[in-house]
Amino acid sequence: MYTLENVSKTYRQKERTIHALKDVSLSIPTGQLVAIQGPTGGGKSTLLQMLGALDRPTTGRISLGEADLSGMPDAKLGRMRATEIGFVFQGFNLIPTLTAQENVETALEPLGVPAEERRRRATAALESVGLADRAHHVPSELSGGQQQRVAIARALVKEPDVLLADEPTGNLDEQTRDEIMDLLEGLHRDRGLTLVIVTHDSAVARRAERRLHLAHGTVTERA
Amino acid sequence: MFFTYLRRELAGRRRQTAIIAVGMALAIALVMIVDAVSTGVRDAQAAVLESVYGVGTDLTISQAAGPPEEGEGGGPGVRFEFGTDDGETTDDGTTLSNSRLTVDRGTSTFDASVLDTVQGVDGVAAASATLSLTNVTFDGDLPEPPTDQAAGDQAAAGDGTMPAPGEGGGGGFGGGAFDVTSVTVTGVDPAADAIGPLSAVELADGRGLDSGHTGEYVAVLDAEYATTEGVAVGDTIDLGGTGFEVVGTVASTSADAATASNAYIPLDVAQSLSGMDGLVSDISVQAASASDIPAVKADLEEALPDQTVSTQEDLAASVSGSLGSASSLISSLGLWLSIAVLAAAFLIAILFTIQGVTRRTREFGTLKAIGWSNRRIVGQVAGESLVQGLIGGAAGLALGFIGIAVINAISPSLATTSAPMAAGPGGEGGFGGGGPFAATQQSTEVVLSAPVTLSVVAMAVGLAVLGGLLAGAIGGWRASRLRPAEALRSVA
Repeated sequence: MYTLENVSKTYRQKERTIHALKDVSLSIPTGQLVAIQGPTGGGKSTLLQMLGALDRPTTGRISLGEADLSGMPDAKLGRMRATEIGFVFQGFNLIPTLTAQENVETALEPLGVPAEERRRRATAALESVGLADRAHHVPSELSGGQQQRVAIARALVKEPDVLLADEPTGNLDEQTRDEIMDLLEGLHRDRGLTLVIVTHDSAVARRAERRLHLAHGTVTERA
Repeated sequence: MFFTYLRRELAGRRRQTAIIAVGMALAIALVMIVDAVSTGVRDAQAAVLESVYGVGTDLTISQAAGPPEEGEGGGPGVRFEFGTDDGETTDDGTTLSNSRLTVDRGTSTFDASVLDTVQGVDGVAAASATLSLTNVTFDGDLPEPPTDQAAGDQAAAGDGTMPAPGEGGGGGFGGGAFDVTSVTVTGVDPAADAIGPLSAVELADGRGLDSGHTGEYVAVLDAEYATTEGVAVGDTIDLGGTGFEVVGTVASTSADAATASNAYIPLDVAQSLSGMDGLVSDISVQAASASDIPAVKADLEEALPDQTVSTQEDLAASVSGSLGSASSLISSLGLWLSIAVLAAAFLIAILFTIQGVTRRTREFGTLKAIGWSNRRIVGQVAGESLVQGLIGGAAGLALGFIGIAVINAISPSLATTSAPMAAGPGGEGGFGGGGPFAATQQSTEVVLSAPVTLSVVAMAVGLAVLGGLLAGAIGGWRASRLRPAEALRSVA
């Protein structure tokens, strides 16, 4: 379960100070599917980075279960990301020179999983997203939807507790968007994943159990 | 995963890999060629010095020539005197022949007792004295002196004086002709063949000098000189107006250089004929071990304040001609060119690696986001750079071998001149000079070869590894500084 207590994040940009998050307090129970919406520059991605242990708040406290992410050293944050948290990005962020299978395997590299088991688990993850027959293709040989499926397989292969998705359907057409959302919903339902999705797309947001609106660094609940 | 990722990256970014590898290859090849040529030049210098000073000579002792006496500079070095009854006179004129054995101009002699002092110095394993001489022969015809009427015509036509030595032909009374030839002669201790000029030769024909030849009028000739002059073992040659039996001919052990002198005669005979009794011009010294050389040199300098003590290194500076120019070129231009190209190649590798890291910001940000440690990412970048460096190293090695093979195939010939033994380093040419009797120098043609040594190969591989690691370390450091959130934000 995520707990945020008075979390603020400020950036220095030349002479200006940007308040990306202002005194945000909220909790996200384990296994919840949450959608975060809001205008561009409102702080959605910053909040997702806090939840994903990619960055620390300037003030306030953020914890995942018993772990205090706001006071954790870089190495331990990296370990948290490697074991507990999966990421899906709008631009897929696959390694262009590696095949789909190898891209999925990269998520197991920091866990020290032996090569044979790594291959087996990566193959299973690709099967679970319906891409077993594309395992040996590099990203440029895959469609946008297929690339996002590979990215989801990479996020799930380590069996995380949390999946954070930043505009996962932002680069996809409507049909593919729905396929990806079906896939994510299924994984959330079947595995009991905590799923946090940042999206501009109201159709996507409507499928969430809980909707948050983030504007000017402030979070509000939406019905 | 490391090797899979590495292989895919290098294969997927062929242009960058090729540019870095080509840069490294050119630099490494150039360094290899410069190093090999430099070794070849050093070997050639050593061969030339060896032919002059002998094998195993660690130090030489000579005496710097003093300033010329008043009236000495510029004048002839040898004076020939003919009596009224000298020569063979016929109706056409008089045939004259005279030869003199003298110390080379610019060469100073010193007391032979210095050899005893040298042998008494700690660390001296062997020492041998020599006397460097030149035999000058005047050989020609003088026409019959003119009648009174003819004398008047002659006075009108010319001044009637003798030409300067060396201005052969056209001298005398209008129609006389003569030749002046010089031969280098070295007086050596017949019993000392382990050190000195004869230690760097091998017998071509006949026999060498030995202790039984002391006081004998025998000579050993340079094989090349003997062939040129048409002299064979058993023949007699004239040196200083005395007949010497040729007992043997010798050739240099080095294919690159001739022997030090045209003729070798017993030291005592050389001293007697040249009027240099009890005097020598050089002493060759062998130290007990290479590490003793600096200490032995210092002791000798202290014991012999009037003489010059030179090591092989000092003597290398006395090698001049195109070989000396090649040496200078290699040590100056070659060295700096190698450094410049190497620096450029390293810079290219570093810049391309940094550019690659910048281009892969999202890639590394993503890897950090999924839990890759800084160390793992730095290792990946460094590994890729190292392999690029090694590819460049392998190509450079091949290119370097080809370049060296081309040089060896061309085998450029370099003219070289080494200072006469007694002149010592920096003493070339002597004082005064002028005419054919100036100080003789050892001139020879050496074929430049560029040897491939293990150290050249090791250096090429070492440079490739160094270049790769350097680029990888800097690129990796830059990658490690990427914060995952900023890396992902910067490309969002």
